[in-house]
Amino acid sequence: MVKEVTKNIHRIEGKTGLWEVIVGLEMHAQIASQSKLFSGASTRFSRNPNTQVALVDVAFPGMLPVLNKECIRQGVKTGLGLQGSIQKRSVFERKSYFYPDLPQGYQISQFFFPLVLGGHLDVSVGQKEVYSRRVNLERIHLEQDAGKRVHDLFPNKSALDLNRAGIALMEIVTKPDMRSAEEAMAFLRSLLVLLRHLRTCDANMKGGSMRVDVNVSVRKEGDPLGAHVELKNMHSIKFIGQAIEAESQRQVEALENGENIDQNACRFNPKTGGITVMYATEDAADYRYFPDPDIPPVEIDDSFINAVKEEMPELPNAMVARFCKDYALERYEAEILSEDKDVSRFFEQAILVLKVQKEGAAREMALWIIGEVFARMSEGVSITDIALTPERLAQLVALVLNGSVSRAIGKSILDKIWQSNANPEDIVKFEGLEKISDEENLCQWVKEKVCC
Amino acid sequence: MMLYKYTYSELRAGYEAKDFTVKEVLASYIQKIEENQNLNGYITLCLEQALQEAKKADENFAAGQPRKLEGMPIAVKDNFCMKGLRTTAASKMLENFIPHYNSSVIDRILNEGVIVLGKANMDEFAMGSSNETSYFGSVLNPWGNDKAIAPGGSSGGSAAIVAAGSSVAALGTDTGGSVRQPASFCGITGMRPTYGLCSRYGIVAFASSLDQAGPMTRDVADNALLLSVMAGHDPKDMTTLTEEIPDYSAILKNPISLKGKSFAYIEECLSASDEAVQRNMQNVFALLRERGAIVDPISLKLQKYAISAYVLISACEASSNLARYDGVRYTHRSQNADKLSNLYNESRSEGFGAEVKRRLCIGTYALSASEYEEFYLRVQKLRRLIYNDFMSVFAKYDLILTPTSPSEPFVLGEIQSPCAMYAQDHMTVMNALVGLPGLSIPSGLGAQGLPLGLQIIGNFLSESDIYALAHVLEKEIAFQSWLKK
Repeated sequence: MVKEVTKNIHRIEGKTGLWEVIVGLEMHAQIASQSKLFSGASTRFSRNPNTQVALVDVAFPGMLPVLNKECIRQGVKTGLGLQGSIQKRSVFERKSYFYPDLPQGYQISQFFFPLVLGGHLDVSVGQKEVYSRRVNLERIHLEQDAGKRVHDLFPNKSALDLNRAGIALMEIVTKPDMRSAEEAMAFLRSLLVLLRHLRTCDANMKGGSMRVDVNVSVRKEGDPLGAHVELKNMHSIKFIGQAIEAESQRQVEALENGENIDQNACRFNPKTGGITVMYATEDAADYRYFPDPDIPPVEIDDSFINAVKEEMPELPNAMVARFCKDYALERYEAEILSEDKDVSRFFEQAILVLKVQKEGAAREMALWIIGEVFARMSEGVSITDIALTPERLAQLVALVLNGSVSRAIGKSILDKIWQSNANPEDIVKFEGLEKISDEENLCQWVKEKVCC
Repeated sequence: MMLYKYTYSELRAGYEAKDFTVKEVLASYIQKIEENQNLNGYITLCLEQALQEAKKADENFAAGQPRKLEGMPIAVKDNFCMKGLRTTAASKMLENFIPHYNSSVIDRILNEGVIVLGKANMDEFAMGSSNETSYFGSVLNPWGNDKAIAPGGSSGGSAAIVAAGSSVAALGTDTGGSVRQPASFCGITGMRPTYGLCSRYGIVAFASSLDQAGPMTRDVADNALLLSVMAGHDPKDMTTLTEEIPDYSAILKNPISLKGKSFAYIEECLSASDEAVQRNMQNVFALLRERGAIVDPISLKLQKYAISAYVLISACEASSNLARYDGVRYTHRSQNADKLSNLYNESRSEGFGAEVKRRLCIGTYALSASEYEEFYLRVQKLRRLIYNDFMSVFAKYDLILTPTSPSEPFVLGEIQSPCAMYAQDHMTVMNALVGLPGLSIPSGLGAQGLPLGLQIIGNFLSESDIYALAHVLEKEIAFQSWLKK
């Protein structure tokens, strides 16, 4: 199917030769959970500031964190989904720094002993010439999110909204295994699909449920890794791609001009394409990590891991392969259908009730979903929210496959039943849309209309 | 009737026999608190509320439905958060902080009918061994009479209050000796329970892996009763234990025989103590041996590192625990700050006292990436070794005996060097480092006529054994409390 290609790998052509781009990513993904990592406060988004806040989130004196086991379960599930090694013992540590959106004066995170070590994700890259890239993972650990500072409420003061403070994040760290902006973007898209399938994260980058730090460096082939620049806090796959292109280009030019690359944390401005330095990471703050004495080490046993394993859904890569094989879909089609678990479920339910045993029947169904159903869904609407059921779509596709109606008529029927989920067979009957293939009848009809 | 002189068991008998009412007892305490004002034991009083509670308590007695601690007047160290009552931890930083929640231990004792009289003075954020670091001024030890004698610390206010008749009992917290040493200095009984026995939820944290709440009372029976109510698992504190808590007072009904019991005393602790303390300990040993018990010397070689280890680890945790007092939310906020970094610096500079700052500096330094291995990790390893040492002792002996303090109570202001002050915790930090319980009971008077204390250290969850021995010794020693003198 897809194979690891080493040719066609992206290179930047500089004055002095070809440069390889090295990209590593750090994702902060919000864990899907009812309550926060260490408090009972709700994680639901609220427009009203400071309404989803427990005493511990405000760090009142004497407040203690209580670990939300659901978050651990979600972390383990993600780790399994990424083929990582679940650590039987992990430790929450305190990362100390002063900031108004960090009420405790420290973030509870995992540093020396994370929940998951290793793991990987195989990503297919490219449109025409598709190849597979294995991106290895360093680790996954859990940590608290910070609150939010609000600057536009008062003329001379800043305000604090702690609704987000203490929400569980998983930090997923890759090795520097990506070699182009395209690979990084493909990795992120695959990761989002995986997280949605696992239901461990909403994986909605626009909504802020995943933020990415991008590490970029360049080197001549065969050279050791060079100094990297960290592009912080990015929310859009498109801009991440642009930022990697811009930064790698800048680095090549700088190195070829005899300049050094400073190990900096930077911000990418998507409007100008410019990159501005925030701070030097080499002399970054000393976070004084130490084990949080309020939280005993997290001990996970095999039975816990096995219980999570049992509820693991089919992973997207496996689903794509199965769709290609069982339903004779093109890889591209399989990928689209498996991107969203609800879509894949809709597709397979429709297949299940489709009574037509014909070659290409499943693919016909796939094309109806990708082409016609998607076209009728407004943006942001889930397939579970539309009126049309898989059963009705199967009836409709059966009519087309049987030759009862043409594709064009089928589409107009779909329009008619889109809001009502009415039976397409009834529509055909009432409106006399049935395709007439009986020659005698047809001749009679033509005679009536044409030769009178 | 000088009702303030009674222990709670005596009060309880009186309540039940209708000899006097809770209201009358309260009146007696209120008068005594007035008289004892010069001791500076309380930071905040809540006597009006207490009087209302007394009314309710009398009703409960009249209805024949008194709860376990019904009508027990109590003082609460000012680091336990109490709903609607100012909680300062004796710091300018929290001078105006009024929590809207109760600590779990407070909830437990309130549910059993205690009447809180007020919040007791203490060393600032529980950092100190003399109560001199309080933002609200030093506390006087009632035993000093005309001399300004330290009540010990950090629960110095609690100890002085109980000794002087300003409350029948008090809550303290013990991080490295903060219940036991002041109990010893004021001639009362103070327990540091097994780590995790009492919830830390709602107690202003100093050093999380060491902090434990403990009861401070006039005798062992009251102590055991109060701990029975304070202790127990709390889902809000992940470090609390899930073990069933026995009724410690029930154990005291039948005094144990000392015959065949084996006790160890730590040589290093004895030799580090002054003469009067050593003599006092020898008297206790003689008494035990007379009763058929075995008393052997043992050596705990790591004892000499205990103070350093304790100072380091507690400072490390404190430097992190106290980061939340930043001038942003409920704390003291400097008026001299024009930008964010100044807000932190100025608020913390103004809000914290010298000893707190010293420990924050030590802790911040020791946790820095370059020093972490040298200090924090080494101390954690040392804790493990000390644990091993204790376990090998408990394989052979029932309990360990030490003086609570190496010397008689000192004069306020006498100890100026921070290191000399840290050394006050010589006897009490070792078991705290590994979470073992320790009880201090009065054991006699020193050369200057000031109280001495005996510490009984037990294995994990051996509070029953500790109380049982203390109960027997209490009778034998027959210590004359300051109130009954």
